[in-house]
Amino acid sequence: MKVAIIIDGQMVQIDRGAPIIDAARKAGIFIPTLCYHEALKAYGSCRLCMVEVIQNKQSRLVTSCNFPVEGGMEVFTDTPRVRKIRRVIVELLLARCPDVPLIQTLARQMGIDFSRFKKKEEKQCILCGLCVRFCEEVVGVGAIGLANRGTEREVATPFRVASDVCIGCGSCTYICPTGCIEMVPDEETPKLRRMNLGKLSLSPCPNNYQCETCSIEQEFFEDIKRVIADFRNRHKKPSF
Amino acid sequence: MHRIRTISDLEELRQSILAKRDPEKVVIGVCCTTGCQARRSGKVIDAFENEIREKGLQDKVEIKKTGCHGFCEMGPIVVVEPTNSFYCRVGTKDVTDIVSETALKDKVIDRLLWKHPATKEAVVSQNDIPFYKKQKKVVSHNSGRIDPTNIEDYIAVGGYSALAKGLTAMTPAGVVETVVASGIRGRGGGGFPTGIKWRICSSAPGDTKYIIANGDEGDPGAYMDRSLMEGDPHSIIEGMIIGGFAIGAREGIIYVRDEYPIAIQHLSMAIKQAEEYGLLGHDILGTGFDFTIRISRGGGAFVCGEETALIISIEGKSGTPRARPPYPAIEGLWGNPTVLNNVETFANIPKIVLNGAPWYSDMGTAGSKGTKIFSLVGKAKNTGLVEVKMGTTLREIIFDIGGGIRKSKRFKAVQTGGPSGGCIPISKIDMPVDYDSLRDAGAIMGSGGMIVMDETSCMVDVARYFIHFLMFESCGKCVPCREGLKQMHEILKNICEGRGQRGDIELLSDLAGVMTTASLCALGGTAPNPVLSTIRYFRDEYEAHIFEKRCPAGVCKNLFEYVINQERCNGCTLCRLRCPQEAIFGEKKKPHVIDPQRCIKCGICYSICKREAIRVK
Ligand SMILES: Cc1cc2nc3c(=O)[nH]c(=O)nc-3n(C[C@H](O)[C@H](O)[C@H](O)COP(=O)(O)O)c2cc1C
Ligand code: SF4
Ligand code: SF4
Ligand code: FES
Repeated sequence: MKVAIIIDGQMVQIDRGAPIIDAARKAGIFIPTLCYHEALKAYGSCRLCMVEVIQNKQSRLVTSCNFPVEGGMEVFTDTPRVRKIRRVIVELLLARCPDVPLIQTLARQMGIDFSRFKKKEEKQCILCGLCVRFCEEVVGVGAIGLANRGTEREVATPFRVASDVCIGCGSCTYICPTGCIEMVPDEETPKLRRMNLGKLSLSPCPNNYQCETCSIEQEFFEDIKRVIADFRNRHKKPSF
Repeated sequence: MHRIRTISDLEELRQSILAKRDPEKVVIGVCCTTGCQARRSGKVIDAFENEIREKGLQDKVEIKKTGCHGFCEMGPIVVVEPTNSFYCRVGTKDVTDIVSETALKDKVIDRLLWKHPATKEAVVSQNDIPFYKKQKKVVSHNSGRIDPTNIEDYIAVGGYSALAKGLTAMTPAGVVETVVASGIRGRGGGGFPTGIKWRICSSAPGDTKYIIANGDEGDPGAYMDRSLMEGDPHSIIEGMIIGGFAIGAREGIIYVRDEYPIAIQHLSMAIKQAEEYGLLGHDILGTGFDFTIRISRGGGAFVCGEETALIISIEGKSGTPRARPPYPAIEGLWGNPTVLNNVETFANIPKIVLNGAPWYSDMGTAGSKGTKIFSLVGKAKNTGLVEVKMGTTLREIIFDIGGGIRKSKRFKAVQTGGPSGGCIPISKIDMPVDYDSLRDAGAIMGSGGMIVMDETSCMVDVARYFIHFLMFESCGKCVPCREGLKQMHEILKNICEGRGQRGDIELLSDLAGVMTTASLCALGGTAPNPVLSTIRYFRDEYEAHIFEKRCPAGVCKNLFEYVINQERCNGCTLCRLRCPQEAIFGEKKKPHVIDPQRCIKCGICYSICKREAIRVK
């Protein structure tokens, strides 16, 4: 069922239950995101996509990547409260990953020159979880996961040993916005590749990296296409 | 074994249990739950059983293992009927006397009674002890009176008659509306109206629905849920069956942390007995309603108390919250509509169904009905579990029930609602305790923790402590909570260690505001409360730390010195002898001095000085 909502003053017709961000994109409104990917289930972890929603005369702040659209809703994507949240989140990420170009660019776009928070470490990973979710939801392998809790949280293979289920497809490398996961040539077997997650190496490819003749990659891109199509069709109810 | 098939079966069974009881028989109730067991009540029970056996008193005296009385610091607690003598700190050596004097001769033993600290007057019965006087025991009424491991004891006090009433005299919708009308709000934290949650779930589409009882209880210092699960497990089970009937669920799950072995044991026994008696399982009470309950043991992560994380944890994945909507009432366990309530919420249900909504909504304030169990800990004289009507003032709880502050120190603040609650100062002591007043005061009801602090607590350090706890318990999924807590802790730590800077208070407030609104779940959303409430009420302490590099309470080691007041010191030498650093000098009967260079601020001298001559500067 299509419903009409008003987003930054523009009327948009969209399926009921679709995430607000879809309506924004339809209206050509940019909302910054870090953990959102249209091929994946909404995750809601970066909190950068927050917008202000007025529903039944009540205003609330929600994440646009997963909050479902209802008829009569009014959305504001650039209010002072929204800007303040985005600013603090970018400052926090800047303190975590001062040297990551993606975050630096984001900060520049928002006119943030410096972070008021102390730089305690120079991490590269922003913990958006894209690699983990892609590996699980699209590739269907689940070679990597999110380990530990709280400030210790990190992307790793189970028990931090080289994964024997990784198929070396390279999707994590491809999807990671910060370049944490590299694809490197295997030194012992020239022309072949290996995925490295910092010091942790994912396991070599089961097809001995015969990429030209391998169907994994092909199947995998078919899969991505299917998932994206699925996702677009499904819009009736977002799942998490 | 009695399989109960009809309502009249239940009533008959109750009558026959009562008829079997010998009115002449003396009952000695010994608390066998965690608090008293930690003080070796297990040994006391063994001693009683030996004594009875040796003296051949099996026909005259019965030993009953009971649940918690709430006054755990006085444990092991033993209550002897019919004199109703309430004995505190009972040891194995007291057993012979209790049997020969109280049980056989109805003579009360003075030395085991609770004594008023000021008047030294001994009090015989529980209800006359000030700790209990202002309490209103509704949910915790059975705990301490019945044997939680024996279903017949529960049935004898009217147990399962609410289930009978609900299943036969009411419709599912009728039960839901009764719960709505009672006005009860969830006891696990958020305070969402329970009836409304049930209504949403019962009208949610789906054939499979679930009831989940949240017994995770992660708040440090809080143990009311444990005490209920240990002391009156059937009331939780009865509430869950009624809930299942109301919303159309056939399966219930109790999620209990694995650190609660006695709770798990008592709940498992209760489930098994209820099944044997036909109160759980197939065709309950001949009504055609089926309902089963199983236990799911949690690993003990604080965040797994959060409803979505708890459900994900039951599904076997790592407990990380997910964004809502959809709410569990629409899409919960395995994607099915699920009612998730706190165990205390469920334990209230049988009472509401049996006595009616008006009886329940008569207790409490406009927005908060019924009673609530609080875990009163910290610097109060009497600590333990207290159940009071909603709307009872903090003063009544802390000063009347809690007996005021230990060691004649001054009250400073009370932290309510667990680690992410707020600190309420003396100026608000006459505030009624209910969901809305607490929220307006910058705190929360949470699950009912109440930590009383006196003048020796530094409020900046208190905030730092809670933020440190939450930083480790955050799941780490979302940025504001994970990175925000880390930065918040860093700033607080700097302030406490004397590196605070102008602007820190403003930065903390800014960050807190964003964490409150932008976090994915309520852990991050409420985590700033300790900081915000201490800034609101104790800003002067932050300023003293930041601008004067001084900790007024004498807690932050870099920011104060111990000095000996030369007028008060009589040179007793106690501090000098005890100081591990040999930092105190002085001759006998002459005022002593502390060498600040050597002092490591361990506080030993400060706490042992009988003349209170040592001061914080
Ligand atoms: C971090 C966190 C921890 C929680 N821990 C508990 C808990 O230990 N026990 C509990 O009943 N509710 C806990 N809750 C609240 C639950 O999410 C949920 O709201 C509650 O169990 C619902 O039951 P009620 O409506 O009966 O209160 C917690 C919430 C959060 C955010
Ligand atoms: S490794 Fe890359 S994709 Fe994976 S969580 Fe970190 S930043 Fe995101
Ligand atoms: S608020 Fe904290 S605990 Fe909740 S999802 Fe975010 S990181 Fe996890
Ligand atoms: S895009 Fe990350 S929370 Fe919405």
